[in-house]
Amino acid sequence: MELVTAPLPGAAPARHALVDAAGLRAVCAAAHVADGQLQTLWASDERDRVGGFCLWVALADAQGLLLLQLPLPAEQPRYPDLTDIFPAAARLQRAAYDLTGVRAEKSDPRPWLRHGAWPTQTFPLRRDTHGPAPTDEEESYPFVRVTGDGVHEIAVGPVHAGIIEPGHFRFSVVGEKVLRLEERLGYVHKGIEKRFESLPALQGQRLAARVSGDSAVAFSWAYCMALEALCDATPPARALWLRALSLERERLANHLGDLGALGNDAGFGVGLAQFSRLKEDLLRANARALGARYLLDAVVPGGVAFDLEDAARRLLLETLPPLETEVGTLRDIYADHAGLQDRFLGAGRITPALAAQLGLTGLAGRASGQPHDLRCDHPAAPYDQLQVHRITHSDGDVAARVAVRFGETLESLRLCRVILENLPPGAVHAPLPPAAHGRPGLGWVEGWRGPVLVALETTDGGGIRRCHPHDPSWQNWPALEHAVIGNIVPDFPLINKSFNLSYSGHDL
Amino acid sequence: MLRTLKQITRIGIISEPVPLTAAERDKQDALQEEIRRIYGRALCIRHVDAGSCNGCELEIHALNNPYYNLEGLGIKFVASPRHADLLLVTGPVSRHMQAALRRTYEATPEPKWVIALGDCGCNGGLFGCSYASAGAVADVIPVDVTVPGCPPSPGAILSGILAVLDKPRATGLRSGSAEH
Repeated sequence: MELVTAPLPGAAPARHALVDAAGLRAVCAAAHVADGQLQTLWASDERDRVGGFCLWVALADAQGLLLLQLPLPAEQPRYPDLTDIFPAAARLQRAAYDLTGVRAEKSDPRPWLRHGAWPTQTFPLRRDTHGPAPTDEEESYPFVRVTGDGVHEIAVGPVHAGIIEPGHFRFSVVGEKVLRLEERLGYVHKGIEKRFESLPALQGQRLAARVSGDSAVAFSWAYCMALEALCDATPPARALWLRALSLERERLANHLGDLGALGNDAGFGVGLAQFSRLKEDLLRANARALGARYLLDAVVPGGVAFDLEDAARRLLLETLPPLETEVGTLRDIYADHAGLQDRFLGAGRITPALAAQLGLTGLAGRASGQPHDLRCDHPAAPYDQLQVHRITHSDGDVAARVAVRFGETLESLRLCRVILENLPPGAVHAPLPPAAHGRPGLGWVEGWRGPVLVALETTDGGGIRRCHPHDPSWQNWPALEHAVIGNIVPDFPLINKSFNLSYSGHDL
Repeated sequence: MLRTLKQITRIGIISEPVPLTAAERDKQDALQEEIRRIYGRALCIRHVDAGSCNGCELEIHALNNPYYNLEGLGIKFVASPRHADLLLVTGPVSRHMQAALRRTYEATPEPKWVIALGDCGCNGGLFGCSYASAGAVADVIPVDVTVPGCPPSPGAILSGILAVLDKPRATGLRSGSAEH
């Protein structure tokens, strides 16, 4: 079967193809065989335009993104289930149903993002649904039951015992051994996709940055990349380099925080104290040089909202060598600490074969032998000039995810140095021409957790018709359920932290 | 082990004076006095994410780093609302977290305070009120102090915690009636 694709403009390498139901499955199956991954899947209400709905499936392959569009009828919109090809499709399909009423045949009938805050048969992302009346009904949710001698359940959440986001974990255990974990997420669903539709396209990056606050630069850049694709515009070189600087500093802040927390969760409080000190140093340098500790509003359509004076540039450069030395010292301390290694090694393992099957992505994927990194595979400017060194590991356990974080921290420090030493002169912002409408724009950025994708369609009045932000946590949450099987309950916090997945970015 | 000890001694104690205004600094001693008077022990805070984007959580974590030495002030974060004196609530309250937030509030023993943290906690922020978001924390449980910011800095969070002690509690401990 020959698939007819048309290139989509923009910084992300992308093609678009219209498919029918059989074609969708065939293309997905062929992509899977060729080592392609499901990036995301969403549905849109197009009844006002073409009299039906659309299902959108974004695949990642060797050439970049392949965006498949499947038109569906207005009545009984159904499409073929994709979970046998891509297991990561399961929750995305359930979410698409909860929000638009577009259902996969033979899919898990349980709701995913809808807990009862709005009624069944009411679909918030349909254009004729205007703020469905909230209900207070808490619906019961049938967890999968594990039975047998001595099996019992431990229910955790939604309010967790630390400074973390809310979600529910249902463990089936014998003694302290975990037989099964079932996650239930959606607690922080706050209607982000609907909210996008009430914002002007030129302000959507603010909401994108708040899809998952720890990945603000990644999401706001992906949003702006999508909008700039629709405007057929490229921001000035200096702006792109400053975006990369912001993205690498976001990666550094998160990796430093996680490396400390992982030490702490394995009983090594010194690690937390030392790494949280380094993270605070980094944030304070951000505040002095870039104007904010966290760069939530740094990336704007057409460029960035700040410039780096030479004094600030030098200040940032000076902070890099000592930070690199400190990270190296702590890496040696972690490596030499028998107690720490005893907890890290073998805990929460996902083998490369399982990782490939589940579509494990991003940092966790790279720790399980899945070498994808957009900065290396499809480098958008300025990464095409930075030659990012890919960090991978094949053990797939907590130790591997720690090792990848150490490697990426040092690599990000190198990238920051290269960026700061070679920052091109010029403007940091250029106004955008009007955006095209009637076609989607895509933005694709390697955030610290993994690839972040934003699909955007604008209205002819400069508004947002549909925006779908995708966090890599969608792929990795189901993998966490596999990672804990056979581990002991007290290792769950450590294993969970080694993934450090986003609830907000997933729940939308 | 030797390397660890060397690192600890090389870095030494880095805790800073609390980053507060002069007036707030004066209050710092009063705060410790007040905490001791009311509770006879550390002020225990339970954080509740009721729908946050997780930006505020990053700064709450930062407040626990060695620079701020929060526990040195007599303030600590605890794992259960039943151990807490103060709820630090972030996020616009998602409708899916409304019941959990109410239950957490009810599980917190009297006397108790509530801080709504961040622009979203204060007024719903960018998310506002919708089919999925109930907006401000105060629309769901009584709030004593609001700390705006997106996200608020660790210093601002600390100021908010100090400010709470000036407020009569909605759920009311009568002055001087504390038991130690």
